[in-house]
Amino acid sequence: MVTADDLRGQVRDFLAGHDPAAMDRLDFLRARFDAGLAWVHYPAGLGGQGLPRDLQPAVDAAFAAAGAPTNRPERNGIGLGMAAPTILAYGTNEQQQRWLRPLWTGEEIWCQLFSEPGAGSDLAGLATRAVLDASGEPWVVNGQKVWTSSAHLARWALLLARSDPDVPKHQGLTYFACNMTAPGVEVRPLRQITGEAEFNEVFLTDVPIPDADRIGPAGEGWKVATATLMNERVSIGGGAVPREGGMIGSAARAWRQHPERRTPGLQDRLLRLWADAEVARLAGARLRQQLAAGQPGPEGSAAKLVFARLNQEISEFEVELAGPDGLRYDDWSMRRPEGANFYGRGPGYRYLRARGNSIEGGTSEILRNIIAERVLGLPPETRVDTGVPWKDLPR
Amino acid sequence: MSAAADATVAGPAAGGLPDLLYGEAETELRAAVRALLADRCGWPEVLARTETAQTYDPGAWQVLAAGLGCAGLLIPEGSGGAGASYREAAVVAEETGRAVAPVPFLGSAVVATAALLAAGDEELLTALAAGTATAALAVPFVAAPGSRPEPTVRLGVPSPAPEHGDPGYRLTGTVTGVADALPADVLIVPSDGVPYGLYAVRAADARMTPVVSLDMTRQLADLTFDDAPGRRLATGNAAEQAVAAALTAGAAVLAAEQLGTAERCLEITVAYLKERRQFARPIGSFQALKHRAADLWVGVTQARAAARYAAACLAAGDPDTPVAVALAKAACSDVAAAAAQECVQLHGGIGFTWEHPAHLYLKRAKSASIGFGTADRHRASLAGLVDLPAP
Repeated sequence: MVTADDLRGQVRDFLAGHDPAAMDRLDFLRARFDAGLAWVHYPAGLGGQGLPRDLQPAVDAAFAAAGAPTNRPERNGIGLGMAAPTILAYGTNEQQQRWLRPLWTGEEIWCQLFSEPGAGSDLAGLATRAVLDASGEPWVVNGQKVWTSSAHLARWALLLARSDPDVPKHQGLTYFACNMTAPGVEVRPLRQITGEAEFNEVFLTDVPIPDADRIGPAGEGWKVATATLMNERVSIGGGAVPREGGMIGSAARAWRQHPERRTPGLQDRLLRLWADAEVARLAGARLRQQLAAGQPGPEGSAAKLVFARLNQEISEFEVELAGPDGLRYDDWSMRRPEGANFYGRGPGYRYLRARGNSIEGGTSEILRNIIAERVLGLPPETRVDTGVPWKDLPR
Repeated sequence: MSAAADATVAGPAAGGLPDLLYGEAETELRAAVRALLADRCGWPEVLARTETAQTYDPGAWQVLAAGLGCAGLLIPEGSGGAGASYREAAVVAEETGRAVAPVPFLGSAVVATAALLAAGDEELLTALAAGTATAALAVPFVAAPGSRPEPTVRLGVPSPAPEHGDPGYRLTGTVTGVADALPADVLIVPSDGVPYGLYAVRAADARMTPVVSLDMTRQLADLTFDDAPGRRLATGNAAEQAVAAALTAGAAVLAAEQLGTAERCLEITVAYLKERRQFARPIGSFQALKHRAADLWVGVTQARAAARYAAACLAAGDPDTPVAVALAKAACSDVAAAAAQECVQLHGGIGFTWEHPAHLYLKRAKSASIGFGTADRHRASLAGLVDLPAP
């Protein structure tokens, strides 16, 4: 059985032949991938060695200690967190060979073309059409997508489109990898309440997609998309953080630094929020222990709900605690940040950005539905769209 | 930054958290306790017993204490106990909370035992582990950890003159609202005097007046000591530390009990939402109700992490224990009371009747939320522990 020590040895041997100081950064990362040291829980030949996921931190730590370049995972969150597991689960061997290496090295950024102006919580009702050309090649896609982070940087997109409007909505979807440099793909920034544009609108006009870029069978896109979304919630809900590591940290520091701003009411709120945030941190740690022990539970959907509520309540508190400074804002100018930063900038920014936490990645309302129906087994809401062909749904 | 603030980012809090899951032995223990309580403490029997003179169930307690060995979980094997830890004790409490069982597990096997372990009294520990004695710490149920309850019992002048072998300690005073005292044979009594001391008094030598309690599944008692003979267990600092350890253990294990109550309330509520039909559909299909059930479930997942962390910290003697216990008691108090209240509301009319068990959970949950410190009080203690000072 391979241990963390064995892997540290492999990293040492690899570094002996690949000096990160002397090599081109991308060449180094490609070689690391080919040596099976990219993500050890992936299969051999695809950057890994088929080992348990919890051995990966030892590898990353060994590379970091040697001063090796990273693949800058923060720039490709959707690629690493959602596209890669989807491709691994549903992609053909050829697709895996083609996409996973440049995805892991960060040469190719991925984004996600799911939500539409008319299909948010009701994602399965989406209207972007994919029509297979009469000759059998290619698919031609038309429609509009929204809330796409990194679309302006991305080389590829995970695309969910309607291939058959004559069947009920969940059955007529097909999942593709969309080449973002293909003709007919237009990306426009979508400015948000913070003043900046993390997200984009993507207009798709007669975009050709070769059938080789379809992921999973035609008409089974919903099943593939569900796998992608489960990964999204896990990645939004929880990484390991130290005590006071999240939003509560800046609130607690501000409280300690400004005795003149304290009131009994604010202290009561802060103590509640601190306790709730620390308990949420423990629950996140417990969830990771469950995963490591091979007992994955449904608690991940709870983590995302709690995370959103706490970020909002803590940032509400922070703006009030800031007093006169709470009336100021750092910068309304339109900017294009590389990624989301929930805890950065000032209290005003955090307050506004946190409003999105209960909307992005599944609204809190949809998450409660999911918990109620899939975890607690409560009956679904009476629906008017069951069994109705998508084209006949009232809209 | 102050020393207290430094402490918030050091030690276990920095990342190396203890195991928060349930081990195999804990899962087996849970199954055994659950089977016993299902057999002996079904809610109709529990409800019926609340209207009898003997509100605690001595038969069920005897099997739990001696038969399953739960009385001696925290007691070292050398004294006849199981040499287990607060992790196992917390699992048993989750089950007594689920069943709202009228047994003095918390008062005897946890609170009094923690005091005796700190005071190091071999004789009583051996009797408790064997199930031949049941003990209670004579402090009000409302006493919170860190609060040093002011003794209301004082050491009297020896009277009559000490006999042979009897040092002649005599105690006088009253303690009101004590949990799990009614079925106790021995009372562990903190007493004022010079010095502050901890005494063992035979229950037969005290007067116990049952209190008509909000929660009759854990009926309180007022204790009166009138020149009662006591055996000295500890004095001064040692006595104070024994009481403090007992209250900390009590709050942590009561939090686990509340977790069990909350989980049970959620279960029966969800079952009812699936089965009850109105407007020609199961009421659980209404989003207004399913979201409330989902929120309760989320609360239970959070409370479980907090309760497990407190039990693990206590078991390991972790320096983060005061923070862990405050977090657990605050979180579990709120979640259990909310779950029981929602249980009543989501059951509608039937939930407001005497013949439905919801009121048993409600009364137990609300009383427990006050026992060993309210949620508010525990959060207030965090102010000092993690440096979030008052205005």
